[in-house]
Amino acid sequence: MIFLDLFWTFFKIGAFTFGGGYAMLPLIQAEVEAHGWMTTAELVNFIAVSESTPGPFAVNISTYVGTETGGLFGALCATFGVILPSYIVILLVARAYEKFRESRAVAGCMSGLRPAVVGLIGAATVSVGQAVFFPGGISLAAITTVPFIASAAIFALMLMLLFKKDLHPIKIIALSAALGIAIGYAFGL
Amino acid sequence: METEKSKGTPLELFWTFFKIGAFTFGGGYAMIPLIEKEVAENKKWVTNEDVLDIVAIAESTPGPISINAATFIGWKLSGRVGAFFATLGVVLPSFLCILAISYVLRQFERVQAVKYAFFGVRAGVLALIIKALSTMFKQCPKDLTAYILMAAAFAAVAFFNVSVLLVIASCAAVGLAATLLAAGKEGAA
Repeated sequence: MIFLDLFWTFFKIGAFTFGGGYAMLPLIQAEVEAHGWMTTAELVNFIAVSESTPGPFAVNISTYVGTETGGLFGALCATFGVILPSYIVILLVARAYEKFRESRAVAGCMSGLRPAVVGLIGAATVSVGQAVFFPGGISLAAITTVPFIASAAIFALMLMLLFKKDLHPIKIIALSAALGIAIGYAFGL
Repeated sequence: METEKSKGTPLELFWTFFKIGAFTFGGGYAMIPLIEKEVAENKKWVTNEDVLDIVAIAESTPGPISINAATFIGWKLSGRVGAFFATLGVVLPSFLCILAISYVLRQFERVQAVKYAFFGVRAGVLALIIKALSTMFKQCPKDLTAYILMAAAFAAVAFFNVSVLLVIASCAAVGLAATLLAAGKEGAA
């Protein structure tokens, strides 16, 4: 049953993600790929859409996957699922949040979760990198093709703009889209 | 209850968080300055110190930071009803926006110029992910346990296809055990 599946999958994603923004990526990637709802390339495209539209990534992607697989009701199920764990946990914690904040158990769990998220995003980076640079599978021959060189050049430029100039994500997306279009037509990719 | 602090009706809460949801691009941490401005400075519903507390709680509870923060502030101001309306408000803009986009995105993706744009954008998104990875690495504890967990989480998912959920749960458990053990030793000494 697709609606239950959507609800339950996004409930798990909501319940097991700690931290904002890209901390959600590894779990979302694992789940939507396992279900065949999206490929890595489609997911990466959607990250760009999500950065350029309002609201949290988790809500954006649950709404999108929900609509794609189950229409409006699918979108409601998926989005409700991703929000529900937050909602329940916050209502439970809010009453005793001083105690929660001072809690040694919470600090302990977080001391394990923070490095885990770093490692998991590292793993997601590898698979996204593969989808970006080697969409047809890893091969030595691929690195002399125009798409590889173009991707590498855009990637390097954006990395520099992010780390040296602290450019806003939306500008990164707009600029790399413009470069993609220019290179695409120039080389007839 | 203090009388001089205005507490916000459900409708006011809904509308304030609707605006916050509608004007945050990228979600998560991008939302915090907006919450500070709207909820603390303009409405004076909470203080700036409260916002810091709220962010700390939102980070160490499951789910998207923006949802956690909205639910928490709503609850603080007017209980469960407040929590419901604040959360609904923050989610609704991105839900509606993606719902509208998802019906056209697939057709849109077939346009040649859009294909080229996404080709460029995927390389840009990879750079954004690496920037997020570096930010999260900086915020992460830097001790031997943390490095081991990081490497283990990375390897488990990148090379051994271990479930992301399992990795998250195990790392939390290891962090908890390590913290409690250290505390036990301190107590004994």
